Amino acid sequence: MSTATVDQPADAAPAAAPSVDRIAITVRVRRFNPEVSAESAWVDYQIEMDPKERVLDALHKIKWEIDGTLTFRRSCAHGICGSDAMRINGRNRLACKTLIKDINPDKPITVEPIKGLTVLKDLVVDMEPFFQAYRDVMPFLITTGNEPTRERRQSAKDRERFDDTTKCILCAACTSSCPVFWNDGQYFGPAAIVNAHRFIFDSRDEGGEQRLEILNEQEGVWRCRTTFNCTDACPRGIEVTKAIQEVKRALITRRF
Amino acid sequence: MSVESSVDLTASSAAYGPDNPAPVIEPPRARTKRTPRNRRTNFEMHAWLFMRLSGIVLVVLVIGHLLIQLVLDGGVSRIGFAFVAGRWASPFWQVWDLLMLWLAMIHGTNGMRTVINDYAERDNTRFWLKMLLYTASVFTILLGTLVIFTFDPNIR
Repeated sequence: MSTATVDQPADAAPAAAPSVDRIAITVRVRRFNPEVSAESAWVDYQIEMDPKERVLDALHKIKWEIDGTLTFRRSCAHGICGSDAMRINGRNRLACKTLIKDINPDKPITVEPIKGLTVLKDLVVDMEPFFQAYRDVMPFLITTGNEPTRERRQSAKDRERFDDTTKCILCAACTSSCPVFWNDGQYFGPAAIVNAHRFIFDSRDEGGEQRLEILNEQEGVWRCRTTFNCTDACPRGIEVTKAIQEVKRALITRRF
Repeated sequence: MSVESSVDLTASSAAYGPDNPAPVIEPPRARTKRTPRNRRTNFEMHAWLFMRLSGIVLVVLVIGHLLIQLVLDGGVSRIGFAFVAGRWASPFWQVWDLLMLWLAMIHGTNGMRTVINDYAERDNTRFWLKMLLYTASVFTILLGTLVIFTFDPNIR
């Protein structure tokens, strides 16, 4: 891999208020364009940023002011939509929730696409296998009998049981940090199991047994090696590995 | 609608273009709609449970074995044919050793099976590695069992 360097044009003067303390940072992006080369390459961008800004702002600055061909996903840019999960300094994070000052701006900040999914261009990966695993666990309410005339009631305690796993934003940071998923894309991956957990432990849902049956497959929860990569990667702070273990425990206690 | 082709990312940029795109590399064994899903058995659950339970039993068996063989009452210096013959005269030690052999071998084989499943990328590689593993394990288990049951202390 060669490392090209793109300098900021000298005439791109900062338009923002001059009172902000800007520092010079290097953003090292792993770029890939299948129409140019089958190889990916690291490209350095030297920019000036306020360290209190986010990595996403740095990517925006590069795309808007230096190189418009840089491709990445982002929608809400506020940590809710889960579009901009990427590997920043070797860890999966949301670019919109990572402040530059928190990741040592003295060294080059490396930005890569998340691992284990096909890279389409630059930081954009094919999320289809990820969402296929999500669909496979049937992430919707399954009930029997007549629909109640009013809402389906639930006690605060029953709601608390699966509160942690309702926070998932499907950013794929956990699944693409899982070493089992890196090597075997047929593993459901942490995100699908988290979303199955959200319904398995919902007192209003009656499809738990079906979901447990799906996760009991060869490529289901038993492939989890409890490396805790997913828990470390989750930008929402979900205890992912704990949720997977709870599904395992539910499988065992409901089978014996 | 022309695609920007002046992007110079790497030195080897000549060959590919919009009409001749570079091949997209699929991740290994990706999950798709057509992924076969017919293996609805409890095997993986039982294997997982077995690892936990046999592990607990093996801690007792192996540490006891090591203490008796190597540490207590003279330790390793008194091990010889006569020592083994004396121990295997008692059914208790026969059962102990047999249990340890079977549990340790199956425990280790299952561990290796998961390692192969995790690391072997091609279906063929994974199949043959597992066949090799199973052959070696079955051979060792059968040979050990045969020795424990047919051990003759008066052998010349």
